[in-house]
Amino acid sequence: MSAVAVEVVPVRVPERSWRSEARAVRIVWRRDLLRFATDRTRVVTLLIQPLLFLFVLGSGLQALAAASTEGVDLKTVIFPGVLCMALVFSAMFSAATLVMDREFGFLREMMVAPVRRSSIVVGKCLGGATVAALQGAIMLALAGLVHVPYDPLLLLGLFGLLLLLAFTVTAFGLLVAVRIRQLQSFTSVMQMLVMPMFFLSGALYPVSGLPTWLELLNRLNPLTYAVDPMRRLVFDHLAISDAARRTLDAGVTWFGWRVPALVEMAIVLALGLALLALAIVQFARTE
Amino acid sequence: MHSSNSPAIEVDDLVKTYGEVEAVRGVSFSVARGEVFGFLGPNGAGKSTTINMLCTLARPTSGSARVSGFDVAAERDDVRRHIGLVFQDQTLDLYLTAAQNLRMHAELYGIDPGVIPARMRQMLEMVDLWERRDQPVLTFSGGMRRRLEIARGLLHSPRVLFLDEPTVGLDPQTRSSIWDYIRALQQTEGTTIFMTTHYMDEAEQCDRIAIMDRGELVVLDTPAALKASVGADRLDDVFMHYTGSAIRDAESSSATDLNRVLTRALRGSGR
Repeated sequence: MSAVAVEVVPVRVPERSWRSEARAVRIVWRRDLLRFATDRTRVVTLLIQPLLFLFVLGSGLQALAAASTEGVDLKTVIFPGVLCMALVFSAMFSAATLVMDREFGFLREMMVAPVRRSSIVVGKCLGGATVAALQGAIMLALAGLVHVPYDPLLLLGLFGLLLLLAFTVTAFGLLVAVRIRQLQSFTSVMQMLVMPMFFLSGALYPVSGLPTWLELLNRLNPLTYAVDPMRRLVFDHLAISDAARRTLDAGVTWFGWRVPALVEMAIVLALGLALLALAIVQFARTE
Repeated sequence: MHSSNSPAIEVDDLVKTYGEVEAVRGVSFSVARGEVFGFLGPNGAGKSTTINMLCTLARPTSGSARVSGFDVAAERDDVRRHIGLVFQDQTLDLYLTAAQNLRMHAELYGIDPGVIPARMRQMLEMVDLWERRDQPVLTFSGGMRRRLEIARGLLHSPRVLFLDEPTVGLDPQTRSSIWDYIRALQQTEGTTIFMTTHYMDEAEQCDRIAIMDRGELVVLDTPAALKASVGADRLDDVFMHYTGSAIRDAESSSATDLNRVLTRALRGSGR
């Protein structure tokens, strides 16, 4: 080989611009989607736990819960919470890919490219969020099995809320991931953070009339403000008695004031943006 | 702006310290455009630290360096646009296909979408991977992965290509074909090659060689002149002559210090 004089296809790397940064964000985002599309094991394994909670725990505790759910299936009650759970697991897994990229070398390829570090983090965050929301959407497809109607407006609204939460949780995961160099430590740190967050969020129970200590922790937990609007939206579309609605969807209150859904969504969004900004600052400092 | 006839690489009294450790202690040299430049030295000599500074992954503690006419500290983005890198450790996404890895690179470097397919094809054909373009890199052998990394490093037509031990762990056939690519590149695109290697037969093929030891540049010349200077037939002897025969251990600095003291003492007594 080599002796043949090949016709060279000339290329040039342009100076950095908002356009080149946008392309970088897009390709980092696309990479996450590509990997999601080819990794079926990941899709399935990340669904197992939420499915166990919904169908096994939900059916198993139904007999105990029947007395207090005013005739509403427990699976219906916990459905919004389980959606969040599926999403949180997937978002954490996406954040973990940053640690894997560092451990297995690919991060270096991105670090030496003529793009801002922030573009890499933003692309990662959007990619992880999209994948997590899609994972949530797979759970959403099971709505009919737990007596939640397939109303287009409801599904669209829920998907929007999933995207919002996915963004914030991925940003949180990335903030942890930029500091950690080994996948093993990341997994255990995440386990330690995610399970308490999930249990304290009210994903599995109504958040009114809790013992004071639990109510306090619940109100401080950001995940609470993501689960609540989803539950509200689902209950808006259920044909159930007012009594059942009052018991099961009492909503999040601050000193007796019911926090509006828009405020809750604003809290989740603001938190997501703040976490992303912190992750960018931390990431820019490494190496 | 840089002028078109400035050297490809210009290093002036470059220093890098990590805490109390002086990894690079005031190195100066320059590499001409289109040159194949070999950068040698025992483990822990400061080669990787120097390369990291030249490709903007580490900031110099003091001194300066220009690559393709741009300052590595003040004009990082301009340097990055003009260099290609093939690291010692692989940096491919194993779950993506060969084509997807190259596409990702092209997008990160902002290459005009119109020319990407043709350029990708050219690079993949050069390293004989065109037929395998749609297979995941996970299924590739070590040699194929390295060839793909070289294709990727060249995709954006860099002015300077850094190769950090590009042929380590490869069989003789692959090593020789990698050298064919290096020569072809130099001819067709005028690329400057800056490479490290531990293989002296490869160093022999470089236009000029710099030997680094203990953070300092020991000697810099053509292979022939180096051999003549110590009256040796083989580059191995030149290398040993300038760096001593003590085995280096980058991790344990106390042992290295001891070796250094012993070597110096022995050399001194021999004179």
